[in-house]
Amino acid sequence: MYRVVKRRQLASAPCIVLLEVEAPAVAAKVEPGQFVIVRMDEQSERIPLTVMDFDREKGTITIVIQDVGYSSAMINSMEEGSYFLDFVGPLGVPSEIENHGTVVCIGGGLGVAPVYPIARALKEAGNKLISVIGARSADILILEEEMAAISDELVIATDDGSKGIKGFVTNGLEQILAQGTKIDAIWAIGPVVMMRSVANFTRPLGIKTIVSMNPIMVDGTGMCGACRLTVGDETKFACVDGPEFDGHLVDFDLAMKRLSFYKDEEERAKISKDCDCGKGAQ
Amino acid sequence: MALKVPRHEMPCQDPKERAHNFNEVALGYASETAIEEAQRCLQCKNPKCVQGCPVNISIPEFIQKITEEDFEGAAAIIKQSSSLPAVCGRVCPQESQCEAKCILGIKGESVAIGRLERFVADYEISKGCKIPEVAPPSGKKVAIIGAGPAGLACAGDLAKAGHKVTIFEALHVAGGVLMYGIPEFRLPKDIVQNEICNLEPMGVEILVNQVVGKVTSVHELLQNGYDAVFIGTGAGLPNFLGIPGENLNGVYSANEFLTRTNLMKGYRFPEYKTPVKVGKKVVVFGAGNVAMDAARTALRLGAEEVSIVYRRSRAEMPARHEELEHAEEEGVKFQLLTNPVSIQGDEKGAVKSLTCLRYELGEPDASGRRSPVPIPGSEFDIEVDTVVVAIGQGPNPLVTQSTEGLELNKWGNIVVNEETLETSIPGVFAGGDIVTGAATVILAMGAGKKAAAGINAYLKNKG
Ligand SMILES: Cc1cc2nc3c(=O)[nH]c(=O)nc-3n(C[C@H](O)[C@H](O)[C@H](O)COP(=O)(O)OP(=O)(O)OC[C@H]3O[C@@H](n4cnc5c(N)ncnc54)[C@H](O)[C@@H]3O)c2cc1C
Ligand SMILES: Cc1cc2nc3c(=O)[nH]c(=O)nc-3n(C[C@H](O)[C@H](O)[C@H](O)COP(=O)(O)OP(=O)(O)OC[C@H]3O[C@@H](n4cnc5c(N)ncnc54)[C@H](O)[C@@H]3O)c2cc1C
Ligand code: SF4
Ligand code: SF4
Ligand code: FES
Repeated sequence: MYRVVKRRQLASAPCIVLLEVEAPAVAAKVEPGQFVIVRMDEQSERIPLTVMDFDREKGTITIVIQDVGYSSAMINSMEEGSYFLDFVGPLGVPSEIENHGTVVCIGGGLGVAPVYPIARALKEAGNKLISVIGARSADILILEEEMAAISDELVIATDDGSKGIKGFVTNGLEQILAQGTKIDAIWAIGPVVMMRSVANFTRPLGIKTIVSMNPIMVDGTGMCGACRLTVGDETKFACVDGPEFDGHLVDFDLAMKRLSFYKDEEERAKISKDCDCGKGAQ
Repeated sequence: MALKVPRHEMPCQDPKERAHNFNEVALGYASETAIEEAQRCLQCKNPKCVQGCPVNISIPEFIQKITEEDFEGAAAIIKQSSSLPAVCGRVCPQESQCEAKCILGIKGESVAIGRLERFVADYEISKGCKIPEVAPPSGKKVAIIGAGPAGLACAGDLAKAGHKVTIFEALHVAGGVLMYGIPEFRLPKDIVQNEICNLEPMGVEILVNQVVGKVTSVHELLQNGYDAVFIGTGAGLPNFLGIPGENLNGVYSANEFLTRTNLMKGYRFPEYKTPVKVGKKVVVFGAGNVAMDAARTALRLGAEEVSIVYRRSRAEMPARHEELEHAEEEGVKFQLLTNPVSIQGDEKGAVKSLTCLRYELGEPDASGRRSPVPIPGSEFDIEVDTVVVAIGQGPNPLVTQSTEGLELNKWGNIVVNEETLETSIPGVFAGGDIVTGAATVILAMGAGKKAAAGINAYLKNKG
């Protein structure tokens, strides 16, 4: 059993929660870019979540979850001292951390959480780190302080202009390029539409762009093929070949369609339990 | 007189009813039936049946005990050679193994060895299994990777020899394909767990949620105090055909379809939260046990029409006889000598139809088998909303690729010494589907036992 040692609510509409969980074996091995699969109890789905932070000494893993449906709402309502039944990881291939030169790390919405450890590691590897984080509006922008603390430069974009630039993260990226900055590599993590627009924007510019895909998964070990994506001309399994891929090669439209496969069933699962998220510690 | 008594039928749930529930199809012999069936055995001096069994169970001996109504004695005899009798009695392809060689089968019907084995094992379970005796601690530690039939059998024998055994399993339960692949209606999960729960009192530690190759590695286990390692990670990499449309919504690998249903209990959605979606018209590619399981599962999940599409003819279908018959009785349709060419989707990316090509049997090839050849211009479309691809599994590379110095063959299976099952790395052994490619439960179990013997010898020499 894997105990939740800390809970912090990062936003309330949508509900985004940070949980620090005891999982020493995972914490000993995890690298930025990897993920875990969790199960709350016997009836639960296996839910993939990116590792947002880890503490090898304390033996903990930090995850950030956004409420999008039944399982994520249940996880978000977990209190300090409660337990996950299963917590598997680290899964997936770690990010390619090396000195690329100048890197831009883009996190959209919840995507700021998974991009955070990658950005930090890239900074530690000697890169000049420019970060772009965005959200629909200021009140659901997450991890701003954490990102500011590790970045040489931080650009904020909100759809409604309530903080930073009014617009999307791609507008932030445009602004950086307009200043004449030469970018050597980009990590872009967020909703699939966001990753697609970043990739479309950088493709003609020839800037290496890594995205982190989040298809529906079951086992996370390459056994079932649920997580398959088309990348270039090939079929890849995101759980073992990814989750990071060359954004210029990913078939985003297919990925979006595959994500919507269980829409009806998700609705059915939802009505069987009301979300009581939003309670608990700040 | 024995010859005149016909083989006793297996009582089964009515096909019409069972096609809509997940309860076990075959109900098992009653004691009287088992005794009568056991009496059919001629107690051959040179029993051919034993040669047909991959682990050489002393078949006439255990059958004799049944006639004496000593069911526990019968179980003890089987347990000398098999650690999973309740499983193998249910899922072994008996008709091509023990029963194929039974002398009675030449002129009439063979003894129902598998059914008797199942009867004995179920009897033992109902009485509460006895924990096997364990030798005094040897002071040696062995790590086992994968809790499928191979790993479990290996663990049991090593524990008996007094070694401290730890199993590392990637999923959240032990059992391998027995839990995630083979459906409840053919192999109840309680039966599987019952066979596994004997291991813990013997001192075997089962650690679930441990993906070796990620959280630890073979070399790390050796460095961390394990004296030997057994790799039994199975054939868990689904093959796809590589035809257009295979990534559309509604196209599943059999592994995904069955894992959602069995391991995650999707058939009890929404009580269990993992959905499994099946449309009205389902097509399954392939004709092995996996394909039959997928087809029959689809029926039970509410599909109106389920067809198997297979490139060869009926004679070549690799599934167990019983599964084929059961599938037919339940209403699964067969499109033989037919091969899919492409899958078409609608604007939402969901499967809409399937284009297939008809085949005919050509001249016999070198192996004497008539191989199928496509008939030009015979394309036709089938309307369909779910496709399940069940055309075999390859070796999962997570462990093999992360283990330096491990010799693999060209398909990615681990190369072993045939006698000891030792790999190219001293102290590291392997067996089951990861060595042979997708095979059977009994072969995997047999390999686990053989490797345990190899490991015992290795640990003795090591001192
Ligand atoms: C490698 C990976 C890393 C991830 N990391 C995080 C993370 O750090 N934090 C986080 O909050 N979420 C993360 N996700 C997404 C998370 O797993 C899903 O949000 C979750 O499974 C949804 O479950 P649910 O029952 O709450 O929602 P459901 O009711 O199942 O679905 C609600 C909506 O979410 C979408 N959805 C379903 N499954 C997924 C999925 N696997 N990924 C994305 N959307 C999905 C559906 O399209 C649906 O519209 C990650 C996914 C992957 C594959
Ligand atoms: C649907 C289906 C139906 C079948 N029907 C029959 C039948 O009727 N009769 C029959 O005899 N055979 C049948 N088989 C075949 C039979 O189940 C297999 O041959 C047998 O299970 C192989 O055993 P194994 O121990 O080698 O591997 P598996 O049963 O595959 O077990 C391997 C285990 O290793 C674990 N593992 C994998 N990678 C790692 C890792 N990196 N770290 C830790 N653990 C890992 C897996 O999660 C799994 O639990 C069927 C197979 C399928 C898929
Ligand atoms: S283990 Fe299988 S092959 Fe051997 S006797 Fe039993 S059913 Fe027959
Ligand atoms: S071959 Fe048939 S009849 Fe002879 S001992 Fe075996 S089961 Fe009995
Ligand atoms: S989640 Fe099953 S193969 Fe990736």
